[in-house]
Parts: sequence; C-alpha cells; structure tokens
Amino acid sequence: MEFIVNHLDLSLFAVLVTVGYAAGTFAERRHYASILTRERAQRQFQVMNAEAYFAEGRVKNSFMVSGSAVISIDYFKRLLAILRNIFGGRVKAYESLVDRARREAILRMKEEALTRGADMVVNLRLETAAIGNAANRRGRIGSVEVLAYGTAVTLNKT
Amino acid sequence: MIVTNVNHVPGRKILEHYGIVQGSTVRAKHVGRDIMASFKNLVGGELKGYTELLQEAREEATQRMTTQARQLGANAVINVRFATSSVAQGAAELFAYGTAVLVE
Repeated sequence: MEFIVNHLDLSLFAVLVTVGYAAGTFAERRHYASILTRERAQRQFQVMNAEAYFAEGRVKNSFMVSGSAVISIDYFKRLLAILRNIFGGRVKAYESLVDRARREAILRMKEEALTRGADMVVNLRLETAAIGNAANRRGRIGSVEVLAYGTAVTLNKT
Repeated sequence: MIVTNVNHVPGRKILEHYGIVQGSTVRAKHVGRDIMASFKNLVGGELKGYTELLQEAREEATQRMTTQARQLGANAVINVRFATSSVAQGAAELFAYGTAVLVE
C-alpha cells in the first residue's frame, strides 16, 4: 500500500497498461467476430475495384456510396509499438488496427449500397488518414480513419 | 445530380465536359468529444464521434462540389476522389473533387 502511494505515477502507468490491455483485447476480439459474421452474410454482394463497362440498357441507375470508420489503438499496444520502434520489424499492433478499420469501412459501404438497393459496387477506392490530436506529431499515430467509397450500380432485371 | 467515381456514368452517354469541380470543408470537434476520444484512446476501439463528424463533413464537401457543378450547368459529376488531411491540431480538412459533365 505504501509503495503505491509513494510511486503514484508508476502505479498509474501500470493501471493504464493493464486496463488498456484487457479492454483493448476484449474489444478487438469482439470486433473481429462481428466483422467475420457480417462479411459472411454479405459475401454474395459483388464489389470490385476495377471499372466496369456494361452493355447498353443494362444499367438502371448509379450513385456513390461510402463507408468510414475511425479506430483507435489502446494504451498497451501503443506501448508495444513504441518498443517495436527501437528494434524494428513488424508492428503487429498497428497491423490489426488498420486491418479492422479497413474491413469495417468496406462493410459499412456495402451496407449502404444494400439498403439503397444496389446490385453491385464498382471502382472501390480506399483512403487512409491518421487523425486525432497526435496526428501532427511525427511518429505518434493514435487513431486511423479509413474511408471506402465506390459507385453502386442498379441493374435492369432481364 | 448523379455522382460516380468511375470515369463515365454507367448506362448514359456523356455529351459535354465542364472541367474540375471541388468542395472542401475544415472541421474541428468540440471539447466534449475530444475528451471522450482521449478516454477511448486508452482502451482502443471505434471513436464514434469522429466517425460521425468526418461523415458529416464529407457530405458537406460533396454537396459543395455538386453545387459548383450545378452552377456550371452540369447534371453529373464523374471520377470523384476524396482526400483527408489534418491541417491543425484537432481539425481535419475533407476534400472532394471530380469532373463536371453533362449526360443525356
């Protein structure tokens, strides 16, 4: 008890790391589970990142759809990434962060396209940006925003 | 107004090109959201406030772009691209640009 009081900054740091690790791992696992079930549910819906050309009279109408997600990293993983910066190599903590953000953004775009009655999405583009207070300071990326956008096409039923 | 990000309008013929149109907006979020976000930064996960803010801002940028296209007499914008940059601490610029065209 006396140790905790005497080293308040150290104990606060330990608490932050523990909370970050526990909550971050839980949130990530839950997020991946939700991503997987939704991807499975939407796998029939066609999305491509090439431009498509259709036969005349095939397309009813077209409009733009987009989806975005801002995902933040937890305290523990941020610490891991800082340590990783010393030794170099794969920064797994950030890999899963951008992977989650990207898949979430694509899923949201698909959901918008589906609710608006589209048959497919063509010319998908992905845009990634580091945002938040730390975005301007070099090497301190706290959260990423991923935007997915494309052209949804409704086809005439033949 | 038809907006697409392919370089044509599927199923329509382009009659005339009117050149580049663009729209942008710079947004900052209020302090409350900032504080919430810094808490969320501890545990990780989605920052819903920021997602909403950027989505709104992007709609605004797109709207400004289509307004400009309408002023030129266009009825569609093709090849639309989005860009994001953080210009100052806590503020982000959302930018949309495309080509204004007249389709049949």
